Amino acid sequence: MAKIRRNEKREMPALNTSSLPDIIFMLLFFFMSVTSMKEVSYKVQFKNPQATELTKLENKSLVRYIYVGTPTAEFRKQYGAETRIQLNDQFAEVKEIGEYIVNERSSMKESDQGLMTVSIKADKETKMGVIADIKQELRRAYALKISYAATQRTSY
Amino acid sequence: MAKKVPQINASSMADISFLLLIFFLVTTSMDVNQGLARRLPAPIPPDQKAEDKDINKRNLLVVKINSANQLMVQGQLMDVKQLREKAKEFIKNENDNAFLPKLVEEDFGAPFGVIRYTKDHVISVQNDVDTQYQAYLDVQNELVAAYNELREECAQKYFHKAYAELDEDQQKRIQKIYPQKISEAEPKNYGN
Repeated sequence: MAKIRRNEKREMPALNTSSLPDIIFMLLFFFMSVTSMKEVSYKVQFKNPQATELTKLENKSLVRYIYVGTPTAEFRKQYGAETRIQLNDQFAEVKEIGEYIVNERSSMKESDQGLMTVSIKADKETKMGVIADIKQELRRAYALKISYAATQRTSY
Repeated sequence: MAKKVPQINASSMADISFLLLIFFLVTTSMDVNQGLARRLPAPIPPDQKAEDKDINKRNLLVVKINSANQLMVQGQLMDVKQLREKAKEFIKNENDNAFLPKLVEEDFGAPFGVIRYTKDHVISVQNDVDTQYQAYLDVQNELVAAYNELREECAQKYFHKAYAELDEDQQKRIQKIYPQKISEAEPKNYGN
């Protein structure tokens, strides 16, 4: 016979949260693997130009970056507002690009050296004179595979 | 009786890992590295003089960008949006126009057969020192897009598949029919 319990207070059973950390850790690992750390701290500011025919840069270890833009506010006093080039963590002159490429290439595995790609991350307002100088310097250093960093254009 | 080990309170574990999660969310950047891939020509050896290659005028499409980011194609002012069609027309030369590049017949093997294509066409991009980077990239982008569209058409016609789905060998063969020939001159000052 069924018993009717009326006066007994029903308590909500405590939720078992012991697996919660595991779930969060899983999320954490997911984010750790899909995101990339910033390569360097930027000393120049730039806004990528837009384009449609983009290809992804697959292998991060084969890519070297050249940043081109105006110095950020904290460096403006020292370096002015002219367009500057940044290699790794430092401001650089166009002439130093060749040396930088040679150094970077020699630090790579020999089988990878021919696959090196140079990504030019330049501000969209940059004058082509600067870009052309960089390109000439890259040609001289035999870094012929380049990529103009850009973001996907959504509309004209 | 064995002494009972007090259980460690693990309820804050979730908070700690949340904290870590948020830290990584903040410090990492989601943006993927993508860009317009190009190949630079090999440098000219210092002991060799730059030779002016003799290119037939009809095989040449000259695209000039001035310091005000205006476009001039074959001597005519043009909008960037029209450049893609113009380039496609130039590379294909379907109707054997005498002012467009010369068509050459060549056997590409199955499934292509004998195809007439503009073997020696060259697109020359010339820009001013003061041209904006974005304007230059727009032009490059449109030209690459023209080639990509032509290759896509070719892939659909002969393999009935998208170009990206073809294997490497098939892609290479299509690239032979539509080779990317974008030449860039040394920057000069063209005035305003």
